[in-house]
Amino acid sequence: MRLQINGEPIDASPAPGQCLRSFIRDQEHFEVKKGCDTGDCGACSVLVDGTPVHSCIYPAFRAEGTQVTTVAGIGLPGDLAPIQQRFVDAAGFQCGFCTAGMIVTASTLTETDLDDLPRLLKGNLCRCTGYRSIADAIRGTHTPQDGSAGSDACRTGMGPVVTTSPRTSPRTAPRTTPRPGTVGTSLAAPASERVVSGQEPYTLDVEVPGLLHLSVLQSTQAHARIRSMKTDLAAALPGVHSVLTHADSPATLYSTARHEDRLDDPDDTLVFDSVVRFRGQRVAAVVADTLAIAEAACRLIEIDYEPLPAVFDPHDALRPGAPLVHGDKDAAASRLADPSRNLVAELHGEYGDVAAGLAEATHVVTGSWQTQRVAHTHLETHATIGWLEPGAENGTGTGAETGERLILRTSSQVPFLVHREICRLFDLDPARLRVFTARVGGGFGGKQEILTEDVVALAVLKTGRPVQYEFSRSDEFTLSPARHPMQIQVTLGADDAGRLTALKLGVLADTGAYGNHAPGVMFHGSSESVSLYRVPNKRVDAQSVYTNNLPSGAFRGYGLGQVIFGVESALDELARTVGQNPFDLRRLNSVGPTDPLVVTHEEGPDLIFGSYGLDQCLDLAQAALARGNDAPVPPGAHWTVGEGMATAMIATTPPRGHYAQASVTLDTAAVGRTGARYTVRVGTAEFGNGTTTVHAQLAATALNTTPDRITILQSDTDAIGYDTGAFGSAGVVIAGKAVLAAANDLADTLRQAATERHGEIPADSWTLEPDGLRSAETFVTLAELAEASVLRGVGAEDGARRSVAFNVHAFRVAVNTQTGEVRILQSIQAADAGVVMNPEQCRGQIEGGVAQAIGTALYEEVILDGAGTVTTSVLRNYHIPLLADLPVTEVYFAQTSDVLGPFGAKSMSESPYNPVAPALANAVRDAIGIRPTELPMSRDRIWRLLHPAGQSSSPAAPTTEPDQS
Amino acid sequence: MDLNTVLTITAARHRDDLALLGPQVAPLAGGSDLFGDPQTHLTGLVDLQTLGWPALTLTETLTESLTADAGTTAVPGLSIAATCTIAELSRLPAAPGWAAHPLFFQCATALYGSFKIWNVATVGGNLCASLPAGPMTSLAAALDAEVLIWRRDGSDERMPASAFVTGNTTNVLGPGDVLRSIEVPASSLAARTAYRKISLSPLGRSGAVLIGRLDRDRRFVLTVTAGTVRPVQLRYSSLPDAGTLARDVAGIDCWFTDAHGAADWRRAVSGVLGEEIRTELEPTALDATEHPTGDL
Repeated sequence: MRLQINGEPIDASPAPGQCLRSFIRDQEHFEVKKGCDTGDCGACSVLVDGTPVHSCIYPAFRAEGTQVTTVAGIGLPGDLAPIQQRFVDAAGFQCGFCTAGMIVTASTLTETDLDDLPRLLKGNLCRCTGYRSIADAIRGTHTPQDGSAGSDACRTGMGPVVTTSPRTSPRTAPRTTPRPGTVGTSLAAPASERVVSGQEPYTLDVEVPGLLHLSVLQSTQAHARIRSMKTDLAAALPGVHSVLTHADSPATLYSTARHEDRLDDPDDTLVFDSVVRFRGQRVAAVVADTLAIAEAACRLIEIDYEPLPAVFDPHDALRPGAPLVHGDKDAAASRLADPSRNLVAELHGEYGDVAAGLAEATHVVTGSWQTQRVAHTHLETHATIGWLEPGAENGTGTGAETGERLILRTSSQVPFLVHREICRLFDLDPARLRVFTARVGGGFGGKQEILTEDVVALAVLKTGRPVQYEFSRSDEFTLSPARHPMQIQVTLGADDAGRLTALKLGVLADTGAYGNHAPGVMFHGSSESVSLYRVPNKRVDAQSVYTNNLPSGAFRGYGLGQVIFGVESALDELARTVGQNPFDLRRLNSVGPTDPLVVTHEEGPDLIFGSYGLDQCLDLAQAALARGNDAPVPPGAHWTVGEGMATAMIATTPPRGHYAQASVTLDTAAVGRTGARYTVRVGTAEFGNGTTTVHAQLAATALNTTPDRITILQSDTDAIGYDTGAFGSAGVVIAGKAVLAAANDLADTLRQAATERHGEIPADSWTLEPDGLRSAETFVTLAELAEASVLRGVGAEDGARRSVAFNVHAFRVAVNTQTGEVRILQSIQAADAGVVMNPEQCRGQIEGGVAQAIGTALYEEVILDGAGTVTTSVLRNYHIPLLADLPVTEVYFAQTSDVLGPFGAKSMSESPYNPVAPALANAVRDAIGIRPTELPMSRDRIWRLLHPAGQSSSPAAPTTEPDQS
Repeated sequence: MDLNTVLTITAARHRDDLALLGPQVAPLAGGSDLFGDPQTHLTGLVDLQTLGWPALTLTETLTESLTADAGTTAVPGLSIAATCTIAELSRLPAAPGWAAHPLFFQCATALYGSFKIWNVATVGGNLCASLPAGPMTSLAAALDAEVLIWRRDGSDERMPASAFVTGNTTNVLGPGDVLRSIEVPASSLAARTAYRKISLSPLGRSGAVLIGRLDRDRRFVLTVTAGTVRPVQLRYSSLPDAGTLARDVAGIDCWFTDAHGAADWRRAVSGVLGEEIRTELEPTALDATEHPTGDL
C-alpha cells in the first residue's frame, strides 16, 4: 500500500493484522513508541490525515492513501515547532519516552481546548514528571514553585529557588548570578531537542540486519514441577531457529537483582528452571524470524506439569507445614535465612530496652498497616537486543581477540552489573562481553534486575544471530517484579510531653517467588525510617518471606516508603494522643545533626550528617500549610476537611560501596573548528533522572565553559570506566562527584600544560576560559595545547561516606463521606537537597516522586486473585496518575550545603516519594476521624471505613484492621 | 497491537460478505477493542466500515408541544449506525427539541479511552464489547433505544438496547450476527436527562454511570450501568420519592467487583448518584433547556 509518512512516500505492505504503530516502526520511524500496545498510554500517538489516533490500535491497512504525521513531522532539532520548543523550555519530560506522543497530541489542541486539558490529555500517560511541567509546556506558562498561578510565556529564568531563612551552615557554592549552564541554573537536558522530536534513540530504536525475535512461554501454574515438555512441533515450525527450555539453561543459580556486591541477593534463580514458582514465570522461549512465528511456536509447546502445593499469604508461608517455595535450596549456598520456613531474610535487634521504655511511657500507640503491590510502569518496557561481533577489538587495543564478542544493548539501570553477572552465568571472559544502554525510558528500580539480558544472551550464543526480546506491557505486570507488599506493625511509647520512650517495629514483606532485593529492601526499609527518631529504646523484627506470588523487587524508596507509611502514621496517632501538633512532635523527637543514627545499633561511621535541613523543611511545610491556598472546599456537608504531614529521611547513597569512574577529555579534533569541546565519559545510565544534565553542569562549571561544548558518553562497559549503576539515588552524589573530580583533574592538567609552554607563569595563576587559559596578558588557546598531547582528567568516587537528605510533605484534603473521594486541596513538599544543582530539574524530580506516590496512596494496586494470577495485567486496569489526578505540588528547598556531595548537593530522586502516602493518610484521618491503614486509599476503601456496615456484603474487605489504643 | 494470527482482512461491500464471520473471523469496526487485546483465536477480520453505512440519520419525528405558549416543534428521532464513531456522535449538533442532547457528549466522556480513541472507536463496537462500563451501552439503554441486529440467517431483529448486553462482556449476538444500528426514539430525545458518573479516580474507568430520564409524559426511568454487569432500569410513572428510589437502587442484584470498584461501594454510590439525579429532575426545575450536568 502507499501512504506518506511526514511527507515522504512509502510503498510497503503491512501484515493483515498489523497495527499502524509497528508498521511505522518497520519503516524505521522509531519516533513512534510502544508504551502499552493497548491504546491506553498514548506514546504511539500519530496524526492520520490530521486526526490524532493511538497508532497501536489503528489497523495499518486503513492508513492506505493517508498522510501520517509523527512527532518528527512536527519539527526536528534546529527547526523545532513552537510546541516542541515549549516542552524543552518547560522541562516537560524526564525519561522522554512519552514525549513524542504527548507532543503529537498537544499539537492538535487549540487555545479553547486548554480549559479541558485534563480530559484531552487522559490518553497520554507520563510516569516521570507529575504533569505540571507538561501542562506548563502546553499552556506556554510557567507555574512558580509555590504553586501560585502561572505567568504567561515566562520563558527566561525558570523557577528560582524560593528564598527561605537559612538556619544552618551557609552555602559554599556561589550564590551570585551563576554563569548560564553551570551548577545552580536550570539548564535543559542536553538531549532535549532530540527527545521532543523523537530523534533520541531508546533501547529498541535501532535497525539490526537479520534480527530474530524471542517470545517467552509463561507458566500457567503457581507452583509445579515440569514433568516433561514437548517442543518438537514448535521447533519444526518454519522460521523457528531455536526453542530454549530448562535443558538449555546454565546450571548456575543467580539473582535477577543486581548490586555492587552480588552476595547481597540470594542465588535462587535459573534462566529456565524445571520447577515453576509463580504464574507467569518464564518456562520456555522460542527464537524465530518474526515475533508472530515465535508466538505461534510458543503456543505449540506442550508442558506436563506436576502441580505442587502453593502458598500465597506471607503469614501462611511462615507456618509450620507450609508449602516450601525453595525447599530444594541450600541455605548457605543460596544465602537464605531459612528455606525450610520460606524465610529469605530477617532482622531482629534491640537497642536499649523496649519493654522498659513502654513501661515508663505515659502514652502508647500501636497499629498495623498494610501496603500493596505497586508496578513501576516505566513507559519503556524491559528489552534487550543482543548480537555477536568479531572479537578484533577488545576495548584495550592490545591486539586480536579470537572468538566473537557478545554485545547486549539493554534497557537497564545497571549495565556494568549486568555485565558482571552475564559473564558469570555464561562463563564469559569479561573482554568478550559488552553491555550498554541507549537512553532508558524510565526505571524507578524496575531496571535494577536482569529480566531480559540473560535469555537474550542464551539465545544469541545458541543461534549466533542477533536476537531481540521486548516485554509487552502485560509482561511488565505479570513477569517483572513489583514493589514489596508489607505489613508494618508499629508501637510507640512517649512521655507526658510527647518525647518518645520506645519504638517497636515489626515488618513482614512478601517477596514472592524469588528473593531478588528481598534482604536489601527489608533492611533498608527498616533503616532510615527508624533512625530518623531519637528514641532510647528501639526494637526491629523484620522478615521477608517467599510465597508463590509474583516476585517483588526494587522500587523507588527501596522499602522505606512502606515502613515510613506505618511509622509516620503511628507518630500522627501519637501526636493526637498527646495533644501535640504533628510538626512539633517531629521537632521534639527527630535526630539533630549531633545525634547518633540508630536502628538496632549505632550506624556508621560511613553515614554522617553532611548537612542538616530537616528543621527548615518542617518550617517551610508548616508555614505553607498555614498560609493555605485558594483551593475551595467542595460545597456540601458531606465534604470534610483535614490536614496531615509526614517526614522522611534517606541516606544519599547505598551502603557498602557504590563506585563510579569518570574521565573528561579535551577533544582534539573539534578544538579548531567549533571551539574547544570536551567529552565526559561516565558509566551511569540516563533513565530520566537528569544526571546527564547535572554532569554537564558540573563539568562546565569546573572547566569554566558552557554545557553545549560538552559531550557526554555514558553507560557502556566498552567505552567507559566502571559504574555501579543508576540506583540508590547515586547519579549526582557518586557519578557526579566522579565527573567533577575528573573535570577538576583535567583543569589542573590544562594549567600544567599551559605552564609548560610559558615556564615563567606558575600553573595556579592560569584561569580557564572556554577557548583557552589566561594569565594576565598571556593567553594560551586550548587548540595549541591539544596539538601537543592528549589531555584527559580522571576521577573516581567510592561512596565510602554517605550523608542524609530530608523530605517533609503536607496535605490539606477534602473527603467526600458519601463516596470516599479524597480531593487534594493543597500539596506541599519541602526538600533538603543540599545545594540544588538544577532547580527546575530537581523540582521535576520531586513533583514526579510525589505524583508516583499519590498513585500509590490513592489508586494503584497490582491485584492478584489469591491463587497467584495477576488480574490487573493491562494499563486500563492498573491506574497510574493522569494529569487529571494530580494537584500542583508546592516545592520548597531548604538551604543547606552538604560536605560530601559535589558543590554541596545531595541526592533527590527516591526520597520525595517516601513521605507522601503517610502524609495523605494522616490528612484523611484528620478529615474523617478514622485512620486509613491500608493502601491504596481508594474511594471504595475510604467509603468502607466510613460505612463499616457495608463490610458484610463486601467481597473485597480489607485484610487488616486498625488497631489503635 | 499486532494481531499476528490474522491472515485475512475482507472488506465487506454488502450483507452477503458477512457470511464469512464465525468463531475465528470477527467483524472489525474501529479496531480499538480488537487491536487492544490479544486475539489469538482469530484468523480473519471482516471490515464493516466498507459497508458505508451513514453514521447518523434523523428519523421519524414527534410533534411536541414543548411549552405552553410556544406552539409545536417537530422532534426527530435518530438512527446511529453501529459503525458511527464516538467522535461523530459527540459532535452531532442538537436537533430541535432534543433536550437529551447533552447526553451524547457526556456519555462519550465516560469512555475510558481518550478523545483520540473517540476518533476510531464506534458506537456499535462499544456495545458489542459489552463491558459493564461501556458508555454507549449506558446511552442506548438510557434513551430506550432499540438495536437492529442482522442475524446470520439473513433475518433482522429489533430489541431494546437495554437487553443487548447480558453480562460482563457477553451479549445476545451469536457467531455471524452483526449489530447494524441503534435506533433512538424521538420521545426519549425530547426528554430531560441527568447524568452522573463516578470512578475510583477523577476520569478513570467508570465505577458507576447513572442516567435519569424524565419523559414529557412525566414517566421517569433511571438507568444504572457500569456498577452492574448489565444495564438495569428502574421505571416509574412519575418521579419517585427519595426513599423509594434509594430502596430500589439498593435492591439491584447484579453489582460486581473488579479493579474499578468494589460491589458494595458501587451499590452505595449509585444510591447517592441516583438521588442527585432525582433531585436534579425534580419538577421545581421545570426549565427544560437548563440543567446542570457533569461528573460528581
